[in-house]
Amino acid sequence: MTHNTNKDYIGAKIGMWLFLFTEILLFGGLFVLYSVYLHRYPEEFHLAGSELNVYFGTANTLVLLTSSFSMALSITALQKGNKKLCMILLTVTMILACVFLVNKYFEWAAKIHHGIYPDSPTLLERPKGEIIFFGLYYTMTGLHGLHVLIGALIIFVVLILVAKNRVTSSDFVAVENTGLYWHLVDMIWIYLFPLFYLVV
Amino acid sequence: MHAEEEHIVEYKLLFKVLIALFILTGLTVLAGSVDLGYLNVVVALLIATAKACLVVFFFMHLKYEGGLFKIMVLLVFVILAIFIGFTFFDVAFRTN
Repeated sequence: MTHNTNKDYIGAKIGMWLFLFTEILLFGGLFVLYSVYLHRYPEEFHLAGSELNVYFGTANTLVLLTSSFSMALSITALQKGNKKLCMILLTVTMILACVFLVNKYFEWAAKIHHGIYPDSPTLLERPKGEIIFFGLYYTMTGLHGLHVLIGALIIFVVLILVAKNRVTSSDFVAVENTGLYWHLVDMIWIYLFPLFYLVV
Repeated sequence: MHAEEEHIVEYKLLFKVLIALFILTGLTVLAGSVDLGYLNVVVALLIATAKACLVVFFFMHLKYEGGLFKIMVLLVFVILAIFIGFTFFDVAFRTN
């Protein structure tokens, strides 16, 4: 028993969850905004929402769900002492995060090409509800995209830590907490996707 | 010695969860293509919540955590529900 360092796993995870709660309330505020304006401008939201590409949205949902799956697998792999598999799965997660962002880039680029971006002359000519819809669309998917980018960077750091044996099968809370963050990002998208692409 | 106490979620179970998430995604796309009027939002949010539960309980290991974690997460979602619910007490009854 040469276990000198005191590792508090429960404490570490509670800390992570507390941070996630602040994230939930951050996006929660935006969801309140969305629902209030959906309530006020149902027709405009319907018209504007039907302009979004459901295929892009669905593809990105599947990509993000799969990345969450590979992240969860990587933790199991590390717990079982399979370092190599863990590293492969973390890399896969990172690649899927990039695929999501590239998709998002094309989606946004197509919209911007049509002159629809915050404060654009084309958009400002439209009814108020549609301006608000696209404003919320850019704010919420943008903030979410930023989280995807940060998540991918954190996964990259953890991948290096695993490679250097700083995170191992007996000390893996860093991977678990990264996973928690990544799954939260996935969960937020689970709500964003139907609200923007489907219901309206 | 904490690592030994950790619950390991099997690959197979995680794969089943992924399949369930895919099926629910298909379902929500399908439900979105049918015009149910007001119910569209309700159905979409119910399916999204089912998906979120799968992610939280299995991918985020909440199912295998102690009661403290479960109460904390529940509390946050109750607060969020109050937050959104009370906003609608205001919004829904305005007359302008």
